[in-house]
Amino acid sequence: MKLAYWMYAGPAHIGTLRIASSFRNVHAIMHAPLGDDYFNVMRSMLERERHFTPVTTSVVDRHVLARGSQEKVVDNIVRKDGEEHPDLIVLTPTCTSSILQEDLENFVERAKIDAQCEVLLADVNHYRVNELQAGDRTLQQIVAHFLTKAERAGTLKTTKTPYPSVNILGITTLGFHHHHDCTELKRLMADLGIAVNLVIPEGATVDQLATLPQAWFNLVPYREIGPLTAQYLQQTYAMPYVDITPMGVMETARCVRAIAAALHGIDPQSPANRYDDFIHTQTRHVSQAAWFSRSIDCQNLTGKKAVVFGDSTHAAALTKILAREMGIHVVWAGTYCAYDAEWFRDQVGEYCDSVLITEDHGQVGDAIAKTEPAAIFGTQMERHVGKRLGIPCGVIAAPVHIQNFPLGYRPFVGYEGTNQICDLIYNSFTLGMEDHLLEIFGGHDTTPVSHKGITTDSEISWHPDAQTLLQQVPGFVRGKVKRNTEKFARDRQIAAITLEVFYAAKEAVGA
Amino acid sequence: MTATTETPTPTIGCETGNYHTFCPISCVAWLYQKIEDSFFLVIGTKTCGYFLQNAMGVMIFAEPRYAMAELEEGDISAQLNDYEELKRLCAQIKRDRNPSVIVWIGTCTTEIIKMDLEGLAPKLEAEIGIPIVVARANGLDYAFTQGEDTVLASMALRCPDRKPETAQDKQERNPLQRLLHFGKGKEEIDATEASYADHPPLTLFGSLPDPVVTNLTLELQKQGIRVSGWLPAKRFTELPTIEAGSYVCGVNPFLSRTATTLMRRRKAQLINAPFPIGPDGTRAWIEAIAASLGVTPKGLVEREQQIWDSLEEYRQLIRGKSVFFMGDNLLEVSLARFLVRCGMIVHEIGIPYMDQRYQAAELALLAKTCQEMGAPLPKIIEKPDNYNQVQRIYDLQPDLVITGMAHANPLEARGINTKWSVEFTFAQIHGFSNARDILELVTRPLRRNTGLKSLGWEQLV
Repeated sequence: MKLAYWMYAGPAHIGTLRIASSFRNVHAIMHAPLGDDYFNVMRSMLERERHFTPVTTSVVDRHVLARGSQEKVVDNIVRKDGEEHPDLIVLTPTCTSSILQEDLENFVERAKIDAQCEVLLADVNHYRVNELQAGDRTLQQIVAHFLTKAERAGTLKTTKTPYPSVNILGITTLGFHHHHDCTELKRLMADLGIAVNLVIPEGATVDQLATLPQAWFNLVPYREIGPLTAQYLQQTYAMPYVDITPMGVMETARCVRAIAAALHGIDPQSPANRYDDFIHTQTRHVSQAAWFSRSIDCQNLTGKKAVVFGDSTHAAALTKILAREMGIHVVWAGTYCAYDAEWFRDQVGEYCDSVLITEDHGQVGDAIAKTEPAAIFGTQMERHVGKRLGIPCGVIAAPVHIQNFPLGYRPFVGYEGTNQICDLIYNSFTLGMEDHLLEIFGGHDTTPVSHKGITTDSEISWHPDAQTLLQQVPGFVRGKVKRNTEKFARDRQIAAITLEVFYAAKEAVGA
Repeated sequence: MTATTETPTPTIGCETGNYHTFCPISCVAWLYQKIEDSFFLVIGTKTCGYFLQNAMGVMIFAEPRYAMAELEEGDISAQLNDYEELKRLCAQIKRDRNPSVIVWIGTCTTEIIKMDLEGLAPKLEAEIGIPIVVARANGLDYAFTQGEDTVLASMALRCPDRKPETAQDKQERNPLQRLLHFGKGKEEIDATEASYADHPPLTLFGSLPDPVVTNLTLELQKQGIRVSGWLPAKRFTELPTIEAGSYVCGVNPFLSRTATTLMRRRKAQLINAPFPIGPDGTRAWIEAIAASLGVTPKGLVEREQQIWDSLEEYRQLIRGKSVFFMGDNLLEVSLARFLVRCGMIVHEIGIPYMDQRYQAAELALLAKTCQEMGAPLPKIIEKPDNYNQVQRIYDLQPDLVITGMAHANPLEARGINTKWSVEFTFAQIHGFSNARDILELVTRPLRRNTGLKSLGWEQLV
């Protein structure tokens, strides 16, 4: 047992349902007690989804427990098949019902006899994997199932398209800015002269999966969902894949170069440097990010301290952008994708002072409080930690929140993504700068110092003149100056902070 | 009021139970706020935890007085000792928060693995010195608001069974009276005391926000009825005294288990009344209490009429309009009865669970209201099937559907007005003066649409 207040990644069935409900005309049956079906609420509310979420719960209640679930589950599968005529029904238990250790595989076999559609049991261990791992696994399972089936039926499309083409793997419902990212990736592919063969799972039908092998290569924009499918397609159908997230100017360039190499592998006539001019044009003239890095605005950010926390994909990408493209000092970068720790360390190791791998939000909060960065780039949880500490936070990763489904266009990938990220970073820091300017030109803030911080109030008193001077410190660093001065005093057993102590602290610790 | 002819009783059907509602553990959301010195420990899986996190959103960030004891593989496969594990967590909670009570919320998982929470609690309680209340708010047996029922039923057993000895103690024991007497001089207090009729003690049960508690207590005080206490009180240490033979009355339709516990285990007498939702329900609730306690109510007819008059503006908007309850929070029958009285036609009342005995007075009032308003009796569907309901909604094209959050956007996209049922769970809807808030919620989609229409959307695009 562990005491938990918050989790960064959801339970396994959420991942499975994200995949199932992203496909078109696929229905999921959840074998679960009443109340475990909140996925429907999340999708309907967060995505502002117009369609009924194609997930039905076959409710496990006391009655079902006593009699066994088979009849009810099979009935519900067959019934849904008749009502909605889906191409596929995915059956999944939740943490709760998986304890019952029922032979769900057998239920599926039984249901297949009466149902017209395909029926699959999502094959994940609900206690060992989280939402992201389960999503990755389920996508691979569905793809493998339908490709094997098509191969047997002889309907698999293995002949490559005449012109370069790509499958984009891992775009799902309830993903962090996935829809906008997908649009941006399609634009990028169009600019590169590459046709998008298929995007999965979002918006695809399972029948279309048979056309996957006709694309020249696969693009996996995210670490969390998609890699297993890409690896499967590489092993089984020798399809190359590019798994570099095109996030930030440099990584986008690296991704595009890797795409050129993949195309070159298929068609030696396609030069490996075919996109170099494109990259130069985009970087210098289209994306504002590269220019922004050289502008006077960004100069002011030089050496500022930031911390990063999120899923592997976004945390790694943001760390690289902050460190390499903006000259911001990333004190630590971290991820809650503990299962992906090795990759993450490898990616960010050289761009930050230390790496934090944890699923415990408390540990992240404490690390932030200790570091006192000028800005945080994290999840909704870090945003709230930042609020309490008075440190601005840009939200860069899931868990998703209604704010991550903006109506306007906000991709994180591609060249438009570079602009969005620059805005996000700049706006996170700049509010402090604005505050600073206001202070200089006749401040607006004459309210007494607030006790910001997670730590308890100290017993150290402030002399009125020191207090007045503290008041004149710009608001955005005032809390920090106060804390550092008090720490200085505490370390030296000084009970009251006078003007002298204040200046001594400033000299000693740069408070 | 028409003469009493034979009123037809509503028919109660049952469907497949393939419906969506929230998990009963969500009661933690309002109960931890209501009982200020409590700590709620939900013993369940990642699935439960993620639900709480999503359902409660921002509340998570404010260091709430609740947490998950997340069951991991070792717990499920019984490799770890439940007692030791819970002891470790509860000791930590005691150290960090020092609550007056820890409420263990059992979930489906603790049911399935047959974790003996009721057996473990007394032992651990003695060891760590904090009362531990066990409530099995699981989705196998209960729906959404019934979670509160399981908690209150357990707490009912912790209420003291005799009055404190001295008047001094009594004063301290009854914070409600203190609150009502706040800022009053001694003479005024004596005047209030004198105005109470001599009646057996009355305890009300159901968790309501404090302003509503005060409001309903005052309404009864106006009738000379003294409320001895509320279950739950603001603090666990202030649980009301329930003597054998005293009267109890519920304020919410989902508290049937608490009612049964109070009757059977505490030997209290239950006043079966409609629920104080809407002016009609509030009046009937007060009348039923007064009748049981032998008090003659005064001025209630005028009070009710006065409220109706003040609601006329809203009633005009919904008169003759139809409404369909998909079923979510068990408040459906009371709300439907109020809306029929407002002149609406209720097609269907979906409801997760229908205790016909506990809701008997409410069902009778619904039937009576329909007859008096000349409205058809709604079909009551227990454990509805959401798919079937949506087909019926397509056929009936109601003016408003009161539904859970999962169906609201899709129905809106199909041109059907919706209101989230969960809003009625969290809004203050009890008593005379809050009737306005119910209508504020009910009429909002209609007002919004009128508003958009008057802006000339059609011409704009």
